Amino acid sequence: MKLKALTAVLLISAAPVLAGGPDDDTLVINEEIEMITKTAAPAHLDGALGDQVISGWHYRTDETQSLELDDFENPSMIFVDQAIDAFDVAEGAAGKSCADCHNDPESFAGLTATMPKVDGTGTLVVMEDLINTCRTERMEAEPWKWSGDDMQAMVALIGLQSRGMPVDVKFDGAAAPYWEQGKEMYYTRYGQLELSCANCHEDNNGNYIRADHLSQGQTNGFPTYRLKQAKLISKHNRFRGCIRDTRAETFAEGSDEFRALELYVATRGNGLSVETPAVRQ
Amino acid sequence: MRLTTIAMACAVLAAGGAIAEIANPGDVQYDDYGAVADSLSGTPGDAANGAKIMTSRGAGNCIACHEVTALKNAPFHGEVGPILDGVASRWNEAELRGIVANAKKTYDGTVMPAFYKTSGYIRPGNAFTGKAATEPLPPLLTAQEIEDVVAFLMTLKDE
Ligand code: HEC
Ligand code: HEC
Repeated sequence: MKLKALTAVLLISAAPVLAGGPDDDTLVINEEIEMITKTAAPAHLDGALGDQVISGWHYRTDETQSLELDDFENPSMIFVDQAIDAFDVAEGAAGKSCADCHNDPESFAGLTATMPKVDGTGTLVVMEDLINTCRTERMEAEPWKWSGDDMQAMVALIGLQSRGMPVDVKFDGAAAPYWEQGKEMYYTRYGQLELSCANCHEDNNGNYIRADHLSQGQTNGFPTYRLKQAKLISKHNRFRGCIRDTRAETFAEGSDEFRALELYVATRGNGLSVETPAVRQ
Repeated sequence: MRLTTIAMACAVLAAGGAIAEIANPGDVQYDDYGAVADSLSGTPGDAANGAKIMTSRGAGNCIACHEVTALKNAPFHGEVGPILDGVASRWNEAELRGIVANAKKTYDGTVMPAFYKTSGYIRPGNAFTGKAATEPLPPLLTAQEIEDVVAFLMTLKDE
């Protein structure tokens, strides 16, 4: 184990400072969790991302990358700790805490790897929906705001239980119509700059756009701690920012459109390890 | 379309070029290859100002996508588009004007935004606020700013 960590460090410091492309470093967290950060592209992508899907981690600077190697360095963990505390706190008219029904956060192992998904009633649900349903219906408490610190901390805590597991989000069956809707959005050239998600993250990943090194726009690390904002960022907040940057009217966080987009983008990363909570610039 | 051109020609004839006519974004005449022969503003471009527009985030921000050696004093040049060094040896003035005004007329489906276009967008927004805006939008650059950028691009010749 020690040896592996050493290799990782060596690889990182030896990586050439070159413009363009993902790097060849390897991500081993806490000297023991070997992360799949590059893997064969899922067949349903039909070669849209070439032969590999790649975590956004590979496009970040060595400095930013190193913050993910050890949980003591990872600034997300402050928020995860807050969620661990919140898990046991009874709130709402029913006088219940998460722990009253779910024992331990570890009971959620594997869940994030399969989210979003279509529930028994045919509705597409994402993690924030599951959490708020528990809050409003079972705890009889106020729902949390989509991108609020308490919500995203809980999404991160639940995601952490799947860390290292391969993303395996369903795109067929009941998910198919949502997947098609998300795909349609992914290739739509929104706004006055007329840019689609694909224009930046498919056609140009590996290229710099001004000072930003474009990745494949994968969501396997979400919520991610963004150094620029010094907090956990939700997927829908990231989508909103990317669409706003095309000088477009965005969609709302928690909108059905963003749920569908979230499903579609998640399936583009099938096979990558859940990296939650990741660190980005 | 015709009208603007004629008006411009008259103005030029009558006043010896003193009155400049601004072409409406919707009236710009692109030829089959996307080139625009006539000046959009009727006033010669200022290359020095064009260089400023190209590097400024709030204006053209061209270096977000293009590297330009002559503009290396401004930080962070992108890699999405080709390096623009020597571009005036590859294209003439009319072609460069067409590429800056609406590159989609030269390159079908290009990611390069159209800088002199005001409608035909999907979910157009009010600048970078994320809020809706109603078309016609102000173009990304004014007619004169485009002439300034074209004047600067015309200085980028191979030795
Ligand atoms: C104008 C370019 C541009 C467009 C268009 C764009 N993005 Fe992004 N996106 C970026 C940049 C720059 C970043 C930050 C660097 C990176 O991770 O790629 C980013 C980051 C992301 C990330 C975070 C990746 C990570 O590993 O942390 C996701 C997810 C994402 N984008 C999704 C989308 C989606 C979905 C769309 C369309 C709705 C979209 N983007 C449209 C430029 C763009
Ligand atoms: C979002 C990216 C982007 C932005 C912003 C952008 N361009 Fe481009 N530009 C491109 C791409 C890509 C091409 C190549 C055309 C293609 O293959 O699609 C191009 C081509 C060109 C060409 C022809 C280059 C050659 O070598 O033949 C010129 C000139 C040019 N751009 C000028 C500009 C100017 C001036 C601006 C700003 C006012 C600008 N561009 C902004 C992406 C961009």
